Amino acid sequence: MVYVVIAYLWTAILLYLLLGGADFGAGIIELFTSDNNKNKTSVTMSRTLGPIWEANHMWLIIVIVILFTGFPEIYASISTYLHIPLLIMLIGIIARGTAFAFRHYDAVEDFMQAIYNKIFRYSSFITPFFLGIIAASAVSGTINPDAKGFADAYIFSWLHFFSLSVGLFTVCICGYLAAIFLIGETETPEERRRYIVKARSMNVAAVISGALVFLAAANDHVPLAKWMFGNPVGIASIAVAIGSLILQWILIRHGQKIIIRLLAGLQITMLLVATTFFHYPKIILFSEDRYLSLIEQHGDEKAIESLALALMIGSVFILPALFYLIYSFQKKQPSEI
Amino acid sequence: MRTGCETSYEFSAYLNRFFESRASSFSIDFIDCNQNLIKTVQFHICKLSFGNSIYPSIHSLPSTFATLKNIYLHLEMNDFIAARSQMALSLAFHIIFSCIGMVMPFFMAVSHFYYLKTGKPVFRNITRAWSKGVAIFFATGAVSGTVLSFELGLLWPVFMKNAGPIFGLPFSLEGTAFFIEAIALGFYLYGWGKFNKWFHWFTGVVVGISGLISGILVVAANAWMNSPAGFDFAGGKYFNIDPVKAMFNDAWFSQALHMCLAAFAATGFAVAGVHALMVVKRKNIEFHTKAFRIAALFACVAAILQPLSGDHSAKDVANRQPAKLAAMEAVFETGTHVPLLIGGIPDEKTGQVKYGFELPGMLSFMISGNSNSEVKGLDQFPVTDRPPVLITHLAFQIMVGLGMLMVLVSILYFFVLWKNRNFEKNLWLLKLFAFATPLGFMAVEAGWTVTEVGRQPWILHGILRTKDAVTPMPGIQYTFYLFTLIYISLAMVVILLLYRQIKMVPVKYDVNI
Ligand code: HDD
Ligand code: HEM
Ligand code: HEM
Repeated sequence: MVYVVIAYLWTAILLYLLLGGADFGAGIIELFTSDNNKNKTSVTMSRTLGPIWEANHMWLIIVIVILFTGFPEIYASISTYLHIPLLIMLIGIIARGTAFAFRHYDAVEDFMQAIYNKIFRYSSFITPFFLGIIAASAVSGTINPDAKGFADAYIFSWLHFFSLSVGLFTVCICGYLAAIFLIGETETPEERRRYIVKARSMNVAAVISGALVFLAAANDHVPLAKWMFGNPVGIASIAVAIGSLILQWILIRHGQKIIIRLLAGLQITMLLVATTFFHYPKIILFSEDRYLSLIEQHGDEKAIESLALALMIGSVFILPALFYLIYSFQKKQPSEI
Repeated sequence: MRTGCETSYEFSAYLNRFFESRASSFSIDFIDCNQNLIKTVQFHICKLSFGNSIYPSIHSLPSTFATLKNIYLHLEMNDFIAARSQMALSLAFHIIFSCIGMVMPFFMAVSHFYYLKTGKPVFRNITRAWSKGVAIFFATGAVSGTVLSFELGLLWPVFMKNAGPIFGLPFSLEGTAFFIEAIALGFYLYGWGKFNKWFHWFTGVVVGISGLISGILVVAANAWMNSPAGFDFAGGKYFNIDPVKAMFNDAWFSQALHMCLAAFAATGFAVAGVHALMVVKRKNIEFHTKAFRIAALFACVAAILQPLSGDHSAKDVANRQPAKLAAMEAVFETGTHVPLLIGGIPDEKTGQVKYGFELPGMLSFMISGNSNSEVKGLDQFPVTDRPPVLITHLAFQIMVGLGMLMVLVSILYFFVLWKNRNFEKNLWLLKLFAFATPLGFMAVEAGWTVTEVGRQPWILHGILRTKDAVTPMPGIQYTFYLFTLIYISLAMVVILLLYRQIKMVPVKYDVNI
């Protein structure tokens, strides 16, 4: 049963990265767009993302619930040693979620709009940045449970070049996903062209920050290259990722939106495979080769069993409904009264 | 905190308290008989180990202190208090939004139903205005709920490490319920005129039902903290875990029932109050009257049922957490023929109650139906196992007092409705409702204070102490200040937005399109 739970955990992380990521990315694109076009982006975004916005963020809740029910030790140690980045990410989530709703539902349009927009855009950047930091810190071997000082235990556990560069990389990925998504949702060719340019520049940024990640990994003694290229699965998935990236560049102008989206999704999936496969089932790597593993540190058998059942029953309800929601609003324009 | 100590015995009792509360440092002012400060000495308590057990030790206590007349201690806000405050603040904030998220969909479904049946535009307009308010509350409720699921680990990692697998089941089912809710909300808010109208209406009902289910589930998780079940405990380890038994613990039903009623009463009174105020002000009268009637009906029925369910809860508490009941009712001494105390300020040091009004034998009677029966007092429990009496008692009095007030208003409302259907002319009744706007939510906050503070010093009743569950990370007071600031600003913005929504009713909602 624990494998069922792990599969759900991994899938929920992936879906949060893809769907939540595209959502964050839309804010990032707004942040890096000329003032003229900021509003257009924001209108396109609330039109297309509005109906699925709440659902996109549920994946994070699922991840957390799986962690604390199924892998309580892992949950407890992440939230102890990565308290500060988690806190900043939470503040980002609060700021972003509320600003998104407020700017849409404020009955009076005045100077407050500018404040909501600013908050929304900056928190769209900060939240995935810290998500990246948290993910990187979990595996970078910098958490030291024996650390004595405050800084060693609670700051340097997450503040290093490797985590910062992964944070930046996550931001670029989100921006890229959003651009790819928005290309398919535009109403004028001019707007479409704009997002194509955005997608390309986000892509270049992602490649550059990806290179940065490798440099930082070397600097911080994280054996990233070994994880990615030291095993056939890693190599194969990187190859697929690069292949789909090239196809996206070719198809981006005229290809069908669904194909481009699938390719982008495939690319991110493969990246996640490459980064998680090698150290699976170890999920937290502490300093001095200590670790927490999904298999060795899972919670009580009975708890895992009921969690797996709850997840399976849940997905019977959720997946068709979610699919129908996304499908419906692809075909119909959302309409509020 | 400043406390005067007269004797060395009292002083050492205080020191024990501070260790209990895991103060990180304290200072003592040595004062002469004219209250002049002679010297301030700072003490630091060093923590010997992190994790499950924390033993404070004091570096250098002067042996002469006992001879001094007055000793004052002041305590800085320490990490433990800060963590509790932060948890309480976040929950107190979230509960308002979750109540509204649970109940408003039903109000909307009713007015939407009237619209679909009668075609009267005013019902569509009410639904429309409400749905905007609900969307604001939903977003705020969703983010504050997300924060909570992290905070459980950020603040209480030791608790979650042990409790997570046992009470995780209601949370994982709740995840499903939230997901369905979020999906249905997407259909409902953005699907006007795009789907079959009854399908669209039905998605609104689904929002309400799944919200209610998620509320019940999360309260079942809380009930488990009051009434641990579904595992065996020995030597600090948790065995034979049975998540289903844990979910259906002894307290889940009484708490969940009481909470659901509370959500309807609180949200109903708040919504009815706002619309009543607008009718009093003679604005968009038809619109506000119709909206008022829908909300008031739900609110008054729930408010009248609430004391019945509360009585059931109290009996339940008497069984499973007698110390909590004793604190709620400020019963210091065990006895038979125990009176029911109304009001009053209990003093924990002396065990006396000032200014109270007593109904002889009533408490014994209410709990077991016999005024001769015994009620356990706080004297049955060691000092370290007693909850704070003053807060628990006052909060309980506030909840019950407000509850009774709401019952009164509700009965009046039904009476006027029965006598004279055109009550909208009776401005005094509407003014009464306008006055009652915040009462329900005040009762909710007070009720949760009873439940949570009354459970102290346990985070998991009888098993794990709150102080042993807190995070080892120091500096929590700063995150508490930060969260206070964030929640205050959020609350202000939400109030502003709501004010604007109501102000715009004549322009945006009560118009025929
Ligand atoms: C509108 C709100 C409201 C009103 C009018 C009342 N309550 Fe209440 N009460 C709550 C809202 C609430 C609550 C906030 O929802 C609590 C906190 C935990 C819970 O399950 O419900 C609660 C808890 C709570 C508890 C503690 C349960 C526990 O710790 O497990 C008792 C004994 C009562 N209530 C009793 C009453 C009585 C005798 C009332 C008579 C009028 C009453 N309540 C009115
Ligand atoms: C069902 C959901 C709830 C859960 C799982 C829950 C859990 C917790 C936990 C883990 C703590 C910290 C440990 C402790 O002090 O015992 C706590 C404290 C507290 N909670 Fe709750 N709680 C819930 C609902 C609420 C609500 C809705 C309120 C609203 C006011 C509330 C008010 C408080 C207060 C006042 C404290 C501090 C108690 C003290 O320090 O004396 N709780 N709760
Ligand atoms: C008695 C206390 C609580 C009740 C009645 C309650 C109920 C609800 C409800 C009905 C919602 C739906 C969203 C909305 O209406 O705005 C919600 C949101 C949420 N709650 Fe609570 N909750 C309580 C306490 C907690 C606690 C202790 C947690 C943490 C573990 C929590 C986690 C969440 C989460 C993660 C969401 C967001 C889900 C979404 O996006 O819709 N809640 N809560």
